[in-house]
Amino acid sequence: MELLAFGKTGWGDELFYATLMTIAVSITAMLVGFFFALIFTPLKLSKYKTLNLVGNFYTTVIRGVPELLVIYLFFFGGSGAIMYVASIFGYYEYIEINAFITGSMAIGIISGAYSTEVFRGAVQSIDKGQFEAAKVLGINKFGQFYKIILPQMLRLAIPNLSNVWQITLKDTSLISVTGLVEIMRQSYIAAGSTRDPLFFYSFAAVLYLLLTYVSMKLINKLEVRYSKGY
Amino acid sequence: MDLDLIITSFPKLLGATVVTLKLLFASLFFGLFLGLFFAILRLNKNIFINKFAYGYSYIFRGTPLLVQIFIIYFGLGQIEYLRTTFLWVILKEPYWCAIIAFTLNTGAYTSEILRSAFQTIKPGIIEAGKSLGISNKIIFYKIQIPIAIRQSLPAYGNEIILMMKGTSLASTVTLMDLTGVAKYIISTTFKPIEVFIVAGGIYLFMTFIIHNVIKYLEKKYSFQQ
Repeated sequence: MELLAFGKTGWGDELFYATLMTIAVSITAMLVGFFFALIFTPLKLSKYKTLNLVGNFYTTVIRGVPELLVIYLFFFGGSGAIMYVASIFGYYEYIEINAFITGSMAIGIISGAYSTEVFRGAVQSIDKGQFEAAKVLGINKFGQFYKIILPQMLRLAIPNLSNVWQITLKDTSLISVTGLVEIMRQSYIAAGSTRDPLFFYSFAAVLYLLLTYVSMKLINKLEVRYSKGY
Repeated sequence: MDLDLIITSFPKLLGATVVTLKLLFASLFFGLFLGLFFAILRLNKNIFINKFAYGYSYIFRGTPLLVQIFIIYFGLGQIEYLRTTFLWVILKEPYWCAIIAFTLNTGAYTSEILRSAFQTIKPGIIEAGKSLGISNKIIFYKIQIPIAIRQSLPAYGNEIILMMKGTSLASTVTLMDLTGVAKYIISTTFKPIEVFIVAGGIYLFMTFIIHNVIKYLEKKYSFQQ
């Protein structure tokens, strides 16, 4: 137990901050994922074949390639790509991107592919009559989507989005390879300096279980709220 | 774009794919039995057995695979007693540690898939078997299991693909699988995009094959409507 003490003698406070970091990365990644999903869901549902192809390419590639490989691509390629873009604008200094940004972008793009599939499924399961009724009432396309389709879609999407959240939360453990100090990285450091890997990795497992348990409870509440009236 | 690197790294990465496939097949093979075993425990009416099986799947589905590998590879070696038993022969090899971790992980997911498949079997089918005088054992092996396998094919196909991606974590415990070799080439040449195209392409190709095999099996074993 003294290994988990707060302050200089134990690893309690370090692990606490690492847990906050994991939560921060997961939430950022999830939001980045929503952003990508909002772009690619309409592409996948579009009438045009080329747009469909772009949307399908994104979800197929990201869901078919290991997360770790995507993270390595971002970790090793991220600053190179930014420096290339900067060089076009005449900036030739070395640019290093923060591990937090690289990590949440990488996980966000992965999470976005899963969210896209969830949104696509939810939109497709809405009754066609809803679209037609909205059209007949003379509501414009923008209003159709935001006022009629989106509220109905969210109710259907929340259970599946909670799965995406779980996947995203667990995927954040992989960005420990880039050196960002989240739960996994902190446990690795603590295990290395105390020579007690069994304890620290088991404790990390407990922290992840706690995070998934608490978030499940919160999402269930959200689910009840959004299915009011059904 | 460095075409030479793409051409020279391809055979190296293809060689590493063998390790990935070995890990995948070994863990799927053991995981299927483990999953079936725990799915049957989940259907047991005894509350302790039931909770035990639920706890197993909850823990392994609620924690990242990386933590599980690290506990088995770095953690278990710490127990002095284990080092004296024959288990140490297996546990000191990263290869077997990875397979154990993957097996336990896929076993947890498979048990959930099979459990829900068993539960969706209509009671009428079992009752029909009983009224024909078929023994409980034969009903289980000849009626329930085949229907459950058919029901769980789509979900199990997803699990195979997830597991294939999961094997990439073996590279974190020093194994040189497809991702491990890809990372090595990236860190020596600093050309991530080229290597990503080749390694990602190989992974996508495997996903494509698995997807189509499952689709074929689904069609072959579909019920006559």
